[in-house]
Amino acid sequence: MPEFGRCTLALDITADSTLRLRQVRVSYGEFRAVHGVDLDVAPGEIVSIIGANGAGKSSLLKAIVGQADRVEGQLHFGEVDLSRCGTPQIVADGIALVPEGRRLFPTLTVEENLAIGQAVGRRGEIGFDQVYGYFPILSERRRQQVRELSGGQQQMVAVGRALLTNPRLLLCDEISLGLAPLVVQALYEILPKVRDRGIGIVVVEQDISRSLAIADRFYCLLEGRVSLQGRPADHSRETVMTNYFGA
Amino acid sequence: MLFPPHARVWTGRLLLLTLVVSALVAPWTFGPVHLQLGTQMLCLLALAYLWNLLAGYANIMVIGQHALVGMGAYAFYGCSVLLEWPLLQSLLGSLVVGLLAGILMLALIFQLRDAYLAVGSWVVAETLMLACTKFDAFGAGSGMGLPLDLVKRLGRNPTDRAIAIYTLVALVTALIAVSVYLLMRSRIGLALGAMRDNEEGAASIGVNTVRARILCFLWAAPLTGLMGALIALQKLRISPASSFSMTDWTIYVLFIVVIGGLGSLEGPILGTLLFFVMREFLQDLGVWYLILLGALAIAVILYEPKGLWGMLRRVLPDDLLPLRHRPPQTKRKPITP
Amino acid sequence: MWMSILNQLLQGVMVGGLYALFALGLAISSGILRFVNVAHGDLIVMVSYLFLSLVTGLGLHPLLAAVLLLPLCFGGAWLLQRVLLHRVVGQGVLPVILVTFGLSVIVQNGLQGVYGADTRKVAALGFESATWSLGGGVNIGALPLTIFVAAVLMIGGLDRFLYRTRRGAQLRAIADDVQAASLVGLPTQRLYGLAMGLVGLTVAVAASFMAVWTNFDPSAGPNRLLIAFEVVVLAGLGSLWGTLAGGILIGLAQTVGAQVDTAWQSLAGHLVFLAVFLVRPQGLFPKY
Repeated sequence: MPEFGRCTLALDITADSTLRLRQVRVSYGEFRAVHGVDLDVAPGEIVSIIGANGAGKSSLLKAIVGQADRVEGQLHFGEVDLSRCGTPQIVADGIALVPEGRRLFPTLTVEENLAIGQAVGRRGEIGFDQVYGYFPILSERRRQQVRELSGGQQQMVAVGRALLTNPRLLLCDEISLGLAPLVVQALYEILPKVRDRGIGIVVVEQDISRSLAIADRFYCLLEGRVSLQGRPADHSRETVMTNYFGA
Repeated sequence: MLFPPHARVWTGRLLLLTLVVSALVAPWTFGPVHLQLGTQMLCLLALAYLWNLLAGYANIMVIGQHALVGMGAYAFYGCSVLLEWPLLQSLLGSLVVGLLAGILMLALIFQLRDAYLAVGSWVVAETLMLACTKFDAFGAGSGMGLPLDLVKRLGRNPTDRAIAIYTLVALVTALIAVSVYLLMRSRIGLALGAMRDNEEGAASIGVNTVRARILCFLWAAPLTGLMGALIALQKLRISPASSFSMTDWTIYVLFIVVIGGLGSLEGPILGTLLFFVMREFLQDLGVWYLILLGALAIAVILYEPKGLWGMLRRVLPDDLLPLRHRPPQTKRKPITP
Repeated sequence: MWMSILNQLLQGVMVGGLYALFALGLAISSGILRFVNVAHGDLIVMVSYLFLSLVTGLGLHPLLAAVLLLPLCFGGAWLLQRVLLHRVVGQGVLPVILVTFGLSVIVQNGLQGVYGADTRKVAALGFESATWSLGGGVNIGALPLTIFVAAVLMIGGLDRFLYRTRRGAQLRAIADDVQAASLVGLPTQRLYGLAMGLVGLTVAVAASFMAVWTNFDPSAGPNRLLIAFEVVVLAGLGSLWGTLAGGILIGLAQTVGAQVDTAWQSLAGHLVFLAVFLVRPQGLFPKY
């Protein structure tokens, strides 16, 4: 757990928004999920992390927002040392997570769920109007409890909640899981628009083709280590498959 | 090394054996006053084992045990005095009533979970107590003393009676301790262990968790009633204040188990010993004694959840009374490929 | 004779307001913090003693003392959560019950050590015996009516706070899924502290009224806890207005029981609770 009181946030809006991970190891109790990962994400680029179940992708994202059991190595977001900060501070600094499985608050309305994002985040350009612009259906259902919504609509709320924090870096953990292809298509069409605002995006997926199609760069994780990285165009499908499943 | 781990375990087992043997030969070695103290200790130890079975192993934390004690005491009175049954039948009567009261309590609270179950059991306890104290035949609010001819059946003089009571209590306590041990070594114990670690997981692979827990409860309930009867015999009276005393039969028992070590066989023994040692020296403190107990219990839960036994267990390679269904633990290293 | 019975029943309904106040704090702690505070009743009694000390010891006007208690109890409860309870809340079932049980024993005996075991009551300048006539021979005690109105206001206020404000939505969020709340950046520990602070407020109000209405002694805590518990279970998980219904039910049951025999008062309440619980274990107005 981070040592509180030693977290200094970047208060300058022009601060560096580059994520830098060096030799990051993540453990849960005695089990090590991530064995030393180097990773960079620059503002305004979409980075995809692919890997099989249990490869360590979710653990990595949780570690970035300060929710992992034990983290070693260096995690920097610009000048800020993430390992010294708690999740509320990291979110306030501009990193937002769309959690795996959506993790909405079932008895709260769409509006209330979105408002939570706004409450924990920073001030910025993205407000309710922008989110309803991305996802018009949510505007119609704003006063309904989210447990009454379909899976795809719930995923939209989850993404909207993260966007309302006005992040500089958006982390998406398996947002396509369990959703119909058309719905996933709609979600993925939003991501480049978000990127064009200058926000860095990390997309974690098990589904390779979708995420590589929109990624500027990608990393492939295998059993907690980076087995392949680069630009999607530079690697053949066979190479990617080999590094996804391991030799 | 001066005191190797296995030597420590066997020393512990030897100490335990000494305790058991001295408890067995007590009627010949101690006078009536000490025997009375021994009886009290064994009563609390027995109740501790029963509560530990429910809360530590079966994960049914009840705070209503004192009601079953009271019901057993009142049942004994009813059988032996009002119905004029012989001693043995009256004790069996308290067993049956304990079982019935247990079934009633179970039926009422089984729907509840965790803390709701605990307080729910308290509600049932309170209700049973209030109901029992309405009956004039049992002395209503002030209770009744046991009649002299009943008392004489135990023995002609106080010394004989003390020995008789002690022997009864010791036998029942031994029965309870051994039965808990055997229960935990059986398939039920295995089921409960699995359930404690992961209830959903255990249920999903076919472990009948509900049946295991019900069985434990229905085993503990009549025996608690029986203890109530024995306590009434020892105190020579029944009354709402003493038979249904929450302080004596729930609070003290709870503290004994928690401080001694919840979920272990050795813990209740440690807890009882500590409790009586503390009582010897700190009795004069009055309310501060209970405050100290409460604070100690809180400290234990926060810093050493497995109690005194948990602390000792760390320097021992195995339990004194092994329950494990798997080989002794080896030192674990982090799993890294 | 009928008039007297009617008056008694009316009184029973008003008592339901007091019981609802007892239960409100437990409803918040069990609904939002997801734990049952076994020391809840004892904390109410402790605050009643505090009230007593403020009025008789410091000579404060009862109303002033009650108002003073509000921030005191808010802060005290907040502190209790941040210093002690946060270590065990959410850590599994047993530790919380045991810690709060230990707390209950400490408070009861501490009160006995400081104040002695005699029963006490706080005199409120004659207000406690005033009655108002509603016409037609129907009389209502000023105090019971005030308590009932206070309960309604308190429930209404809490309901409004929880469902119409942002902070309230955040509290409901941690009630729904505290892990998710933590993941998206909500300051869960601070919100828990706020929730306990609200509990403290309800305890302050309940304790002040109780001290004037009935006798109390250091061992009165468990009785209050059991009543609060029964009301919360009757109300149903997550229901605030349900506590009023539950309180009235128990209050009426006790009044009817007392008509039969004064010694049957408590027992009647418990029996009615058990009966309703058997028929409808999820409570009257469950939200989940």
